Amino acid sequence: MNDLYDLYQQVILDHNRNPRNFGHLDGPTHRASGHNPLCGDKLSLYLVVDGDIVKEVRFEGSGCAISTASASLMTQSIKGKKVSEVEELFQGFHQLLTTGSTQEEIDLHKLEVFSGVSAYPARVKCATLPWHTLQAALQRKSDPISTE
Amino acid sequence: MPIVCKPPSRAGSRPFDVRKVRLDFPALHQEIHGKPLVYLDNAATSQTPLSVMEAVRSFYAKDRANIHRGVHLLSQRATERYEEARKKVSRFLNAPDAKEIVFVRGATEGINLVAQSFGHSRIRAGDEILVSAMEHHSNIVPWQFLCRRTGAILRVAPMDDRGEMIVEEYEKLLGPRTKLVALAQVSNALGTVNPVRELIDLAHGRGIPVLLDGAQAAPHVPVDLQALDCDFYVLSGHKMFGPTGIGVLFGKRELLEEMPPWQGGGDMILSVSFEKTVVAAIPHKFEAGTPNIAGGIGLGAAVDYIEALDFQAALAHEEELLRRATAALEGIDGIRVIGTARHKAGVLSFLIRDAHPHDVGTILDREGIAIRAGHHCAEPVMRHFGIPATTRASFAFYNTHEEVDALVAGIAKVKEIFGR
Repeated sequence: MNDLYDLYQQVILDHNRNPRNFGHLDGPTHRASGHNPLCGDKLSLYLVVDGDIVKEVRFEGSGCAISTASASLMTQSIKGKKVSEVEELFQGFHQLLTTGSTQEEIDLHKLEVFSGVSAYPARVKCATLPWHTLQAALQRKSDPISTE
Repeated sequence: MPIVCKPPSRAGSRPFDVRKVRLDFPALHQEIHGKPLVYLDNAATSQTPLSVMEAVRSFYAKDRANIHRGVHLLSQRATERYEEARKKVSRFLNAPDAKEIVFVRGATEGINLVAQSFGHSRIRAGDEILVSAMEHHSNIVPWQFLCRRTGAILRVAPMDDRGEMIVEEYEKLLGPRTKLVALAQVSNALGTVNPVRELIDLAHGRGIPVLLDGAQAAPHVPVDLQALDCDFYVLSGHKMFGPTGIGVLFGKRELLEEMPPWQGGGDMILSVSFEKTVVAAIPHKFEAGTPNIAGGIGLGAAVDYIEALDFQAALAHEEELLRRATAALEGIDGIRVIGTARHKAGVLSFLIRDAHPHDVGTILDREGIAIRAGHHCAEPVMRHFGIPATTRASFAFYNTHEEVDALVAGIAKVKEIFGR
């Protein structure tokens, strides 16, 4: 039973209820949308990238607690970062989701709250949907990103 | 709004012995995350009784051979068992003739067969195909493909906010250009039992044939094809305790006979030369290649199993489970039932305030409860209700009142976790 509380940590529930950087962003330099057809999660992501720095990021859409909190925490953790640092964060985050820990020196900060997801393989896609959408936006892919 | 299910008022039927029935289903007796499995995902697929497993096993152990060929005894036995299964299915559905029963992979393939074959011979540019607003994707997408191919138009008969078809609106959409009506008998997302007899009569009054998608209906409502008088009927074996990958297309003889084959190959021909091929009679002309022989035999055994039950009592038990679960959930603060038709079968879709169905599914899974979370392959239904997804509990006669209680307790756990 306790592992459900590991999955649904207070920080995750809080970001689900009150997602940060939520809403439309006018004049983005990069944008992409993501979709998980299995559960109907939909996400639109807007970025302003200046040089190689993520200056501004917002998202909108609807999804489960894991994908909503993941998007919210992602926007917080990438704002002000270099694109290369964002890539590194995603690698560390993906490792955390699939193994429950990160071996390297990547500091995930608040993203560590998702360590419980690794016990729920069916939910890894929920947590990574915002990040895959972010990658698509940064690579300027225009097709919607799907988890399937 | 309270749901009025058909009351379980079948005088003279004995109480249904669910404990005894459960012994026939080995999969039900296991633990999931340390909790007893509560299997409430029967609308996705049902579990399999021992007798079906044994029928499949004995085919492989004793009778395995190809069918409709070979003079050797094994081939004769395999052919007999496969064709006997066709007769059992025909009897179970009260089809006029077993020759009108085509074995396919499932309801989806049955609809695709009709869309391609009947579509080829009967549907032209400007013709209309009418479906309802509560169809499964499998009764939408094949028609869209057909429309794209032919220039025909797909029309949609609306439903109201209970999830009931609006019969007057349906009737208005039946016009001179309507060439086929395709309707779910029971909605997989909402549980609505459509008044198909009435809907078929309205179509037939204008000379329009009707396909019924029975995937969610059999075996949750009695199916009598002669009484229904539908022109096509499809079902999936795996939703009625049979193996996966086997299903049935029923078509009225005159329609099947006029329709061209949809796949060519062995088993569907009388003679072949490089100049000319003579196609076999129905149903074989629609069964090209070596079919799912074990699946067909298994489906026959599933029909035997259902017929050996006190089916009326089984259905009454299932109705009582739905009634009890609906009443319990409607009593919980923050629950919204999606699909409140007056006549429902087997399916309870709902939302819990502030908890996404996918999260509900994860939490219930940890309680051992298997339900479905998502759009149930019925995205237009979700759009109608303005929601992305629902949590769906779906019942079979082997479910118990205690399992309904477990669902209610599981929902309390969801509220506890999300209420922190």
